[in-house]
This record gives sequence, structure tokens and C-alpha cells, in this order.
Amino acid sequence: MNAQELARYAGQLEDLACKLGLDYYPVDFNITPASFMVEVAAYGLPVRMPHWSFGVRYIHQFIRHSMGHSKIYEVMFPGDPCHAYMMDSNSLAENTLVTAHVIGHADFSKNNQLFSRFHRMAGGHIVEKAAQHAHRIDAAMQQYGLEPVEATLDAALALEAHVNIDQELHRQRYPERAALCPHNHGSDPFSKRFHHLPGEPEPAPRPSQAPRAAIPPHPEYDLLWFISQYAPELEQWERDIFLAVREESMYFYPVFACQIMNEGWASYWHARLLREADFLPDNLYVSALKAHSDVVRPYASDEHTALAVNPYHLGFCMWEDIIEKHGIKHARQVLRDEDDFGFIRNYLDRDMANKLDLLVYNAGRDGEIKVASRGIDEMREAILAPKFNYGSPRIAVSELKSDGTLVLQHDSKSDGRGLDIGRANKVLEYVQRVWRRPVRLHTLDEYGHERELAA
Amino acid sequence: MSINAPGAPPVNSRPISRIAMETPWYELFSRGARDWLRHNQKVREAVKDSLPNLLAGADIMSRPGNRTVMVPVRTLEHARFRLCDPPSKSGAGQGKGQPGDILQPARGPAGERGEGGNGEGELAFMLELKIDDIIDWIWEELKLPDLKPKHSASLEDPSYVREGIDRRGARSRLDRRRTVKEAIKRRAIQAEPKPFVDEDLRFRQLVKRNQPALNAVVVFALDVSGSMGEMERKLAKTFFFFALQGIRRQYAKVETVFLAHSVEAWEFPEEQFFQASGSGGTVSSGVFNLAHQVLQERYDPGRYNAYFFYASDGENASDDNELAQQSLGRLAALVNYAGYTEIGGSMSHRQTPLNVMFTDLRRHGLPTATALLSRQEDVWDAIRSFFTDQATRAAEV
Repeated sequence: MNAQELARYAGQLEDLACKLGLDYYPVDFNITPASFMVEVAAYGLPVRMPHWSFGVRYIHQFIRHSMGHSKIYEVMFPGDPCHAYMMDSNSLAENTLVTAHVIGHADFSKNNQLFSRFHRMAGGHIVEKAAQHAHRIDAAMQQYGLEPVEATLDAALALEAHVNIDQELHRQRYPERAALCPHNHGSDPFSKRFHHLPGEPEPAPRPSQAPRAAIPPHPEYDLLWFISQYAPELEQWERDIFLAVREESMYFYPVFACQIMNEGWASYWHARLLREADFLPDNLYVSALKAHSDVVRPYASDEHTALAVNPYHLGFCMWEDIIEKHGIKHARQVLRDEDDFGFIRNYLDRDMANKLDLLVYNAGRDGEIKVASRGIDEMREAILAPKFNYGSPRIAVSELKSDGTLVLQHDSKSDGRGLDIGRANKVLEYVQRVWRRPVRLHTLDEYGHERELAA
Repeated sequence: MSINAPGAPPVNSRPISRIAMETPWYELFSRGARDWLRHNQKVREAVKDSLPNLLAGADIMSRPGNRTVMVPVRTLEHARFRLCDPPSKSGAGQGKGQPGDILQPARGPAGERGEGGNGEGELAFMLELKIDDIIDWIWEELKLPDLKPKHSASLEDPSYVREGIDRRGARSRLDRRRTVKEAIKRRAIQAEPKPFVDEDLRFRQLVKRNQPALNAVVVFALDVSGSMGEMERKLAKTFFFFALQGIRRQYAKVETVFLAHSVEAWEFPEEQFFQASGSGGTVSSGVFNLAHQVLQERYDPGRYNAYFFYASDGENASDDNELAQQSLGRLAALVNYAGYTEIGGSMSHRQTPLNVMFTDLRRHGLPTATALLSRQEDVWDAIRSFFTDQATRAAEV
């Protein structure tokens, strides 16, 4: 593939993009071999901390790639500058499409509020930061040995999704003392008169000092943060690992939460940029178009149903619809303010669902799969269900006992059912190795009975 | 090498991106491969822990030439918190079906195990392990003591060893390289050197040295009368295999003798040993005598540490019991150790004649031990008790 030609087209595409109102941080494009792309697909970032679980993901990815099952086109990391990687074995037409697609992603990640919030908190250099984390962890392995560091990573990565994305990245410990409630003062004139009315009890003497706050003062859903701050005997390098995993996790959250919007937006723009790019030769355009239709196709060529929704297809069609009905200005507002929850609930209407042939299916334990519904409410919830709470159960720290016992509570009411007990026990073992005191977890089992797991 | 986007004047100060083509270092180092190797190390450790059970079922002994075993394993799972499986899972899809349409029929009742589809799915793959490594691990795991040979370093097995160079020797042992070196050294000094002289010649020397040799002979005896069925033989085979491996760890050379008996006793080559079958009654004295005879004739007790293992269901012809006891006693005096495994699931283990015989000898201080095997899992306990016992006794001596 001719890099010179690609560079030329890329420059022209960027000019066109700016003319059409796209706004983004500069992009650092890299053309890399397939082996690199397979790795990034498994790790999620170009350089990331070492762990055997990535090895498993890597081998799955490697096999899929070798068997030709999943074609990788590009990987893109937001930031200032953004970093994008594409395959040297893809054609010029495909990579031209990819370039346009990446420009769409770059615009999305600069302007969407979830992305821009993380950018503000962490700076725009996640790729470099993740590499730093990886190097520090390698150094810790040299210094303290493979097993202790691996044990810490086992725990931290198992809790990857258990962060509170509404909090700041750099977050202070809880205040030592509970805030004094102003209404307890009783020193203002009204309260004094009120308390001297017949029948009212004497006002309690104002405490000289506020009582010590309980730890945690409220259920704490950011398990990684809590462990890093309050574990009884944590080494500094172990704390660093928890905070590093937390930071990378908070970086991934907007990618996870806005996947449909993001891929749809990038697909819309790669199609539009290519269509309006009169500087591209016809045969290139046709080839690129074929690649485009492969990407946004809902199901494989001889199939009539898919047991998943293609986010590229769904997002692409929805954005086309929104821009047609409400104009680009409104679309940009949607881009800025929503995540997939808002996007789907507000903009996936019955007409669109019918046009896309969306359905809800049910899979029973005996392996039978049948169509359950085509209703719009069920549809939206079926698409969004895997995205609740970063795809994980809601588990909070409810109490830190005076002997150092960590008490966790699973919010089975809002999740609707209990935890997979076997796996939960294993995670508790990982955590206990780092926490170094007893760890308890309250949840329900598959029969709805209350269980207390311990490690 | 990075190629900058060509110099078109920036329109609306659009961001200048760059495109880099060469990233050679990516191909050199694969983090994925490194982490996959670490995962495999962990799998090996997990396999180590469940090795005894894995191997108890495997059919290893019959392939003497094969030094490795393929063990099926699954990839390890890094556990995460996960909600339990609901009775039915729903998901979103795309297609033409109407509510009620069946997209995939239920799996057939007779265990038609298809992909199951549980998320990522674990890979099943085969890990190749060397038998020697396995045996070492197991020995460490079970903390089995090493065997103490009865005849130790005093055993001598003189043999010729190459040692030294000299100017005289047999033509066949001429060391050409050194000879040429000597010739070169000489030629460098002399004025008009001859190509080769007698003094240049160098010969390798042989010397007769005493080698301390630790040898063992293991005699396996199997009762192949009608009462020993397929399952019983398999248990015996597994037990014999591990006993043999355990002994192999300790001795330079281990020889094996296979005896089978029903009413009469015969010696068999290894391949046919387990297939042998007799019929009719059981006369154990025959095999004890044969073992004794073989050992006396072929394996000098001064040079060989002898071990005897006998597997049977315990029954013996009643008129043979006394003879058997006597010949067993003679045999036991000759060997380092005589182990008896009784195979079968019957309750009346303790009362069998053979059991009584062996226990009796043990009471008299002879090195024997008994173990009962009814399932594969018992094999390891039996091995452990034998080897631990042997070590204790040797320590006492």
C-alpha cells in the first residue's frame, strides 16, 4: 500500500472535513503490521500492563484473525494528539475509508461530554500514560518478584469495572469527621425560643467536635479507589497498580458507554466524506464503498438473522435519520450531550426499529432461541441491558470494620438477581490476598436466597 | 520515517496530522506472546496439582518408547464478578422473525454438545508433558522420600574409560588432531622439517576404572486367574507403572521381570504381560518360587537391589497356603522390599490368605507391605505408603 498516496488523500480529506464543520485534535496516524493490530485488539491499548489474562485474550484474537473470522481495520485512541493505527496489509481504498472513519472518531471524542470530561481530568495522553504504567509494573516485577505483583494485578484487573465514573479521577479521601449538621446548632434565636416552648425537650448540648465519620460514610461503588486508599497494609507499588487500573478503566468507560453513537458517527462521516471527495478516483471510491458496506452490514451474507445488533449499522442509520430530520446543528448537540442510553431511548423510534428489523430474542437453558418481541420498549432495553453499570454487577463497600474486615454488598435489587457464586468466591480470594484481612460479600444466589461469601 | 501531509495551505487552521509508515520494533517483541507463555506456566502448575488423578486414568504404560504425555487442559479463567445466569437470557438481534418464531432449536437430549456459547468460551488445548517431569513433580507433591538402596556405593562395575593421551598405543586410537598439532609445533621450530615424525604421534588411552553402579531389578507378579478381570488388571497396571517410575528415579539401570500365574507361573515379556490370562485356581507358591529362582540365577544380590511387587485379589488355593508362606518368606529375605496390592472391592479384604501371609511376614520384621486398591484414586495412596514405608525402614536399619 502506497503511503505517499494515502498521505495525499488524507490531507485532502482533512481539508474537506474542516469545511464540513468537523472539529478535532490532530491525529497521529500509524500504519502497522497485522501482529500489532491483533495485540492492540486484545489489550485495548498499544502498550499495557502485563497479565496472563491478556495472554488468553490474545490467543483468541490471534486464532480468530488467522482463521479470517474478524477483519480488523483500525484502532483509534482519543487524546491530544489522537493516535490511530491501521493495517499495512489493507488496501489503499480500505485505508482511505479508515482515515475518514478515524476523523469521525476524532471529532466525536473531542466534543462528546463523557470523552471531554475524561480528557480534562486525565490529560490527552492515555497511550503514553498506559505505557508508563506498564513500565513501572515491569520494574516492580523485577524488584519484588513476579508472584506478588501478579497477585495484585489479579485483584485489580478483576475489579476493573468497579469504578465510580461520576467521581473525579484524582479523588481525595473521605473527610475525617462528619460535617456538622447546621440544624443541630440550636444557637439561633428561633431555635432558642422554639426549645423554650412548654413541652419541648431541652436542646442537646452542641458537641464540641463532630463525630468521626464511618468508613465509608455511604456505600462506595468505586472498589478500586477504596482499596487503594483504605487497605490496611498496602505497599505503595500495590496502590499504584490499583490507581493505574482505575485510570485506564475510566478512560475506557466513554468508549464503552458511547459505542453505538461513536461508531455510527464515524461511519456516517466516512461515508459522507468519501461521497463528497471528488478528488478520489472512481475505482478507489467503489472499493472503499464495498468496505463500508461490509462494516455496516447487519448480518453475514447468507444469513437472515443475527443474534446481535451491529453497532456500526445501528448507529449509522440513526445518525442519518437524525441529521435528515433535525439538521446537523441539532445532531452535534446530541453528540455532545448524550451517551448510548440517551441516544437509544430518545432517538430509536418505532419506525427506525422496523426499518432495521430489530427484534428481541430469548435463549432458554435447553439451547432453544426464539423471537420474543418486536416491541420498541423491549427493544431499547435489550440493546442497553449489557451496558448497565459498565457491564458489571453493582457492588459497593458497605462497611470497614474496626478489625479491618472489608464488607461488600451486592445491590441485587437493582440488578434483578444474585451473583454467580463460584466466580464471586474466586474474586474474593484475589482481593483477600491484597486486602490482607477478612473480606465478606452479601448477595443472593441463583435461587434468591441470601448468601454471605467470605475469604 | 514519517510522511507529513503535503503542504496544502491550512484551511480554517485545520489540525496537521501525520502518517508514519514504518514501525519495525512491533514485529520483534510480542507482549501477547509473553503473556500467553505466562498463562501456560500457570496452566502447568494447575495441571501439576491434579496430576495424580489425571494420570490414574491415562493409558501410559503400554507405550514404552514414548517419553511424553498429552494432557488435555482448558485455558484458565480470570474470574470477575458476574450475575448468575437467568433462567432465560434475552438479547437484541436483527432479522425478519416474528414473536414465537424459533431461530435455533433446542439441543437434542442425548448430550449433543455443541459450542454451548458461554461468552468468550474457553479453549481446550493439549499440553505436552515429559513423563520424567511428571514423575518428579508427583514425587515432590506427595513428598515421597527417595529410595535407599541396600547395596550402595560399594557396588562396583569395572569398565574401560577413555583417559589420557600417550605417545604409544593402538592404531585405532590414534588421535589425528593432536598428532597434527604436535607436528605443526615441531615444524615451526625446525629448519627443514619432515612432515610427520614418530614423536608427533599421539594415542588415546583406555583405563580400567571401577564405576559405582546402582542397579535395581523389579519383579512384577500378577495373578491372572479367573478372578482377575479387566478393571482389576488396569488397576494393577497403573500401580506397577508408578512403582517402576519411582524406582527408576533412584537407580542408573533398572531391569524388569514380569511373571504371571494362575495354577502355574510363567515369565512374560512386558508387552504380553497384561494380556496374559489363565483359568482355574490360584497357586501363589509357584510364582514366589519362580521369582526367587529368577533372582538367584540372573541377578546377583551383590549387584542388584531387588524389588518385588505382587498384585492379586487375595485368594489362594487352601492347600497351598503353607507352601506359599514359606516360599514367600524365602523371597522376602532376598529383596529390598516386597509389596503386595490387593485388588478388588470386596469387604473381606483382611481375611484373604495372601493378605494374612504378607502381614505375618511383616510382623516378623521382613520388608513387606500391603495395600488395598479398589479404585483408581487408591493407586496414589498405595504408592505413597510403599515408598514412605521403605524409606522409614531403611532409616531404621
